[in-house]
Amino acid sequence: MSTASPAPNRRDFLATSATALLATSAGAAAFNFTSSQPAAAAEASSIRPFTVSFPQEEIDELRRRIAATRWPDRELVSEAASRRTSATLAAGDTQGVQLATMQKLIQYWGTEYDWSKCEAQLKSLPHFVTEIDGLDIHFIHVKSSHQGALPVIITHGWPGSVIELLKVIDPLTNPTAHDGTAADAFDVVIPSMPGYGFSAKPTQPGWDPIRIAKAWTVLMKRLGYNRFVAQGGDWGALITEQMALMAPPELIAIHTNMPATIPPEIVKALAAGSPPPADLGPDEKRAYEQVAFFYKFGLGYANEMALRPQTLYGLVDSPAGLASWILDHDADSYALIARSFDGEPEGLTRDDILDNITLYWLTNTAISSARLYWEHRQTAKAGFFDAKGITIPVGVSANPSEIYTAPKSWTERAFPKLLHYGHPPKGCHFAAWEQPKYFTDDVRASFKTLRTA
Amino acid sequence: MKLHKLATVLAFGLCFFSALANASAAEDRSIRPFTVSIPQAALEDLRRRIAETRWPDRETVDDQSQGIQLAKLKPLVKYWGTGYDWRKAEAKLNTLPQFMTTIDGVETHFIHVRSKHPNALPLIMTHGWPGSVFELLKTVGPLTDPTAHGGRAEDAFDLVLPSMPGYGFSGKPTETGWGPDRIAQTWAELMKRLGYTRYVAQGGDWGSPVSSAMARQAPTGLLGIHINLPAVVPPEIAAVLAVGGPAPTGLTDKERAAFDALSAAAKMGNRSYATMMGTRPQTIGYAINDSPTGLAAWMLGHPGFSRWTYDNSDPEKSPDEVLDDITQYWLSNSATSAGRLYWEYGGRSVVFAAVERTLEIALPVAITVFPEETYLAPETWARRAYPNLIYFHEVDKGGHFAAWEQPELFSAELRAAFRPLRQDF
Repeated sequence: MSTASPAPNRRDFLATSATALLATSAGAAAFNFTSSQPAAAAEASSIRPFTVSFPQEEIDELRRRIAATRWPDRELVSEAASRRTSATLAAGDTQGVQLATMQKLIQYWGTEYDWSKCEAQLKSLPHFVTEIDGLDIHFIHVKSSHQGALPVIITHGWPGSVIELLKVIDPLTNPTAHDGTAADAFDVVIPSMPGYGFSAKPTQPGWDPIRIAKAWTVLMKRLGYNRFVAQGGDWGALITEQMALMAPPELIAIHTNMPATIPPEIVKALAAGSPPPADLGPDEKRAYEQVAFFYKFGLGYANEMALRPQTLYGLVDSPAGLASWILDHDADSYALIARSFDGEPEGLTRDDILDNITLYWLTNTAISSARLYWEHRQTAKAGFFDAKGITIPVGVSANPSEIYTAPKSWTERAFPKLLHYGHPPKGCHFAAWEQPKYFTDDVRASFKTLRTA
Repeated sequence: MKLHKLATVLAFGLCFFSALANASAAEDRSIRPFTVSIPQAALEDLRRRIAETRWPDRETVDDQSQGIQLAKLKPLVKYWGTGYDWRKAEAKLNTLPQFMTTIDGVETHFIHVRSKHPNALPLIMTHGWPGSVFELLKTVGPLTDPTAHGGRAEDAFDLVLPSMPGYGFSGKPTETGWGPDRIAQTWAELMKRLGYTRYVAQGGDWGSPVSSAMARQAPTGLLGIHINLPAVVPPEIAAVLAVGGPAPTGLTDKERAAFDALSAAAKMGNRSYATMMGTRPQTIGYAINDSPTGLAAWMLGHPGFSRWTYDNSDPEKSPDEVLDDITQYWLSNSATSAGRLYWEYGGRSVVFAAVERTLEIALPVAITVFPEETYLAPETWARRAYPNLIYFHEVDKGGHFAAWEQPELFSAELRAAFRPLRQDF
């Protein structure tokens, strides 16, 4: 089921909220701002340094709750069925995240796992907060030491955060240390989406991907960038695409690792639940089957968040509940993560996974982040993967273990100014997190020709 | 920390008790008396968890469109953790004769109340999700003792109220395959074990597909069924609803109203909980098994509760009523196992005639339409769906949880619906 559907337009409502004061939620209160809060609207556009810091009591409280986890009984299907990836998954295979995986995760999270390492890594980066469209937006901003570095704004997704992008910061800003040349350098801006991580939580409706895309352009211009590119996967891809559709003159190109390429006639066939059209090539047929399966059996979580995000109280009250919800994003990434907790890490370690989940917990953003699905449903005119008519230059990574692997044929149709079609040998939905080298290669290759302008 | 672990262990005391009974019975067909007795430590653990609820921020809208509203849930949870008394709920159950018997490898809990009147008609009634036997308790008096509730002695029923597998104090299946068809077979075996050779069945919500499956299977002795969530939606209407299409032409006013209600419910996403449990019951299971507030919100997310205020404005819908039910899910640790019934059904809707294979039902079927049900089944569709429809009545009060909300009216409907079948009895 696509989460895109007609709904009342709530934009009218927004005008009244644009100047609303920021709400401080329980989660936001946990952050220590090193600069004073803006005292007046005049200071709102200022860029304030931000330090990540959580009180030890919150870490202790999390550990206490982890230790007190009350378990359900085991799922009724086999491990093999639970771990099947999109290539082989069939209806009725999985019942969701396995009890054994969850118990390994909780055991590690509550004992050996050390959040302070992640906090130290975050602290080693320059963080800022600035108010845009009435909301405090957090971002990491790392400038390259190389002259002429190309500014890029990189957007995370759900259930991700800035943490899924940390591994690509150095390769992008410091290419000479990572198999690149000085000419590959980027200035990197990595914001937390509204309701996510260290950004504020909207208290009024209206923060859909379009509004976020507008805010990102404001952010880049506020940072003094008048010629930049944008990149994203998951929601980051949708937001980056919205930026491309708005095509502000400063945005010269985008790169996406979750390209929306499905042609209109295929969108119709999928909506009707038809079998794959007979004239599809092998890559197209596989993509069709992947998307059809995901819409039918893989979107339960997205559906729930798009329709009743607030009902998910259990996610903010139960660390185990939050962790399982976050693990169950798509079949391929789940299988990869589950193997990691079995002791076979390939790209995503236990710490990677728990750094991200712990950030969601400590910032109390499980529900505020879920509302992005709800917001999208209010205004979306097309499904996640439907081609949207972008005309500016686009680079693509079509990862083999993505929810669907965008065929080259569809990609060329969707993006008439295709800069690069990357097809890495490995990579799931969380490309920058799992395969930072392939990701970096594709991002460099995509924008190489634009640097001379 | 030790205290929490102890409490968690003690919370399983009930299951332990059941397991013990099961082991000694060694898969026999015996019917064993059962009493609910939750260890005090489990209740204290629940209260502690409730008191420590970690809340999200408020929804960003002023209606229910993002789910259970924070300001509505907080007072209920506060009362749950301070004023609410599970022991009263336990007493409600324990004043009734309860039993356990093992059928098809699963321990089945049931309440069994025989009428004092001779020739009472045996009736097996099935609850739904997020319900339990609690939603049916207020009908015990009217159904088994009609002369004390405005009825006649010849209206009396012997009442059997089982907890579905994976629900309440019944055991949790450890293999897949426990859909309505298998539950229906289990119920037939239960009635047989109780010595009933002629009986009727009733259900709303999941109780409707279970009762319908019984009617389809037509076990020896089953005379007919009454359902209050009938599966009357014809295939051509279901096809339009599946793609979100406009109303077909040529519908009667009542058909059009039913179509509009189902279409609006689909557009508002009223079945998102069913989609989630239909695809990944285990994933949502961790949160609602570990967080009492998470469980309460998830259960109250059922559209049947959308008009309940969980306050004392209506005695039939008091906070204690919903909390008895929610607390039973918590204490029996059955939030996850109960959700699996949706998975067994592949998330399909139980109101579509084709899904329920209603045309295969030859036994008599009776239907009552309650006005606040999620959709009002039109009689024209009902007659198409059920070839042997013996009773169809629209009443003026009550919703999805009809037995819970309007026990007297509900009981009167059952008396009227089953009256013709007593002549065969």
